[in-house]
Amino acid sequence: MAVSADPQKVDLREPPSWRRTKNRIMTWLMVLAFVLVIIPLGLVIVTVVAKGASIISWQFLTSDIPVNIAPPGVGGMGPAIVGTIQITALATVMAVPLGVLGAIYINEYGGKGLLAQVVRFMADVMTGVPSIVMGLFIFSIYTLHFGFSGFGGALALGCLMLPVVIRSTEEMLKLVPDSLRQGSYALGATKARVTMTVVLPAAIGGIVSGALLAVARAAGETAPLLFTILTVTSVNKNPFSGPNTSLPSQIFSNASSSFVGAQARGWGAALTLIVIAFVLMVVARLVTARFARYSS
Amino acid sequence: MSTVVQADPATPAGSAHPLAHRRPLGDRGFAILALGSGLLVLVILVLIAVSTSQQASSWFTTEGLSGVFSTTWQPPDKLGALSFIYGTAVTSVIALVIAVPISLGMALLLTEVVPRRWGRPIVYVIDLLAVVPSVVWGLWGILVLAPWLQHIYSSIASGVNGIPVLGFFFGGENVSGASFFTAGIILAIMITPIVTSLSREVIATTPTIDKQGAYALGSTRWEMITGVVLPHSQGGLVGSVLLGLGRAMGETIAVALVIGSSPEITSHLFSPGYSLPSVIANEFGEASGVFRAALMGMGVLLFIFTIIINVIARGVVERSARRSRGA
Repeated sequence: MAVSADPQKVDLREPPSWRRTKNRIMTWLMVLAFVLVIIPLGLVIVTVVAKGASIISWQFLTSDIPVNIAPPGVGGMGPAIVGTIQITALATVMAVPLGVLGAIYINEYGGKGLLAQVVRFMADVMTGVPSIVMGLFIFSIYTLHFGFSGFGGALALGCLMLPVVIRSTEEMLKLVPDSLRQGSYALGATKARVTMTVVLPAAIGGIVSGALLAVARAAGETAPLLFTILTVTSVNKNPFSGPNTSLPSQIFSNASSSFVGAQARGWGAALTLIVIAFVLMVVARLVTARFARYSS
Repeated sequence: MSTVVQADPATPAGSAHPLAHRRPLGDRGFAILALGSGLLVLVILVLIAVSTSQQASSWFTTEGLSGVFSTTWQPPDKLGALSFIYGTAVTSVIALVIAVPISLGMALLLTEVVPRRWGRPIVYVIDLLAVVPSVVWGLWGILVLAPWLQHIYSSIASGVNGIPVLGFFFGGENVSGASFFTAGIILAIMITPIVTSLSREVIATTPTIDKQGAYALGSTRWEMITGVVLPHSQGGLVGSVLLGLGRAMGETIAVALVIGSSPEITSHLFSPGYSLPSVIANEFGEASGVFRAALMGMGVLLFIFTIIINVIARGVVERSARRSRGA
């Protein structure tokens, strides 16, 4: 053939056609989708940093919350920061151990049994329960009887975190090889001992990182706190009694205010909240990178 | 997990064996603790249903079915929820129309187009998007996005007034920056991460051999996607879209800030509206008596809608996952 005589001249590429053009258009549309997602994310981060950075100072982070009409520079968000830390910490203390135990039940005890599968499915479904419904739920079973308190908010956040912790922990437990379990059973360990001293340590990196992501999401939740903690303007040191406040609640009330000072403090609180959430997320990534022994 | 069960020495087959001993108390205690924590999920779900419907019962008894599903909203006497249900449906549909193509495009970009090395930073960006709190989107939406969109809306509205279909959706007199459409945009941004990551998981299960077969037949990448990837992942993709819908319906705070808080049923998407979760968030604090029961009842409606959608979606996802594992 003439082709083999002069291999340099051969062009094996298909000539330009509608098929190839369509392929290229579609690839660019996919890139466009990514750009369309980056734009709002970039805009929101730039705006929050630009408007929030100027108001944040030590005084802003520690002072009491002033009236909405107060100009920017007066007062701060101290009680909201304290409240967010109290409420999120309480929720974590309740939801993470129970979530990990629930996952242990599903993966180590229940196995393929019907009940474990139902629990697993329902945990998935529970992640879809709207946060405002959790707020209404805690309002009707706790707040109506015991009054507003940070603990009520923590219960609502805990209910939101529980299924997330269960599912992420379960995924991590699944990755632990059975040979580890069998090895320790062969040494005569009981099931509880195998789970606590072999399986959990092997999966701990992933479990911690999943829990941190759940905490990061919960710290930004507003809806479940609206009618369980209300808002206050000075620090409430006792999370178990009396109304409390949180950064998201304050952002919500300041966002609907028309006063410049209130809006400025809202942006400052938003920046503080985003920084907290991002730090938790980065720590989660680092934990995964450093301690995760098995990954999917 | 069957191997684990077999290897479990704590439940010996014949306990009469001389080496068998009673299972230690701590071991049994731990098993019960784990079972209890697992059951907690079911207990909480049942408690949510029971306690909220109990609180809401006076709404259903005083208003009756026709009152509950009427359009009149004049608290504290006339408490019809239809305009809120309408608002929830409209904003969720707008969110899906915007978010689904974008999420699908990104999922395909991540799985089929970019090399793994580039994929990782893109996933980080999506995770960042998911971690920005709802209230921050709302703050940005009402103070930055809505005033800006107001101008665009009014020029579009004056342009399309009188044109049959476009005027029906985008026309109208009552154009506002805080509207159904703005809420839809914010919701779309918020559900994109979850729809993307679920679709990505589904798409990633497409067998490599099928894809290589399509390429070997001379397909372009897009032909391979439409011929192999999409038919394979259809079920799972439907499930992930439904889960996105569930999220969009329940999203509260961002929507409460940008929807305009006006209980109206109108086809004009640039007009202010209201939705189930946002009316609860805005009004519950001052409500009492039947008014509070009505808001509680809207929470019950929301709970029912989202549970149904989530059960269907998870079922669809799980079934398609099982099928692709079996194949």
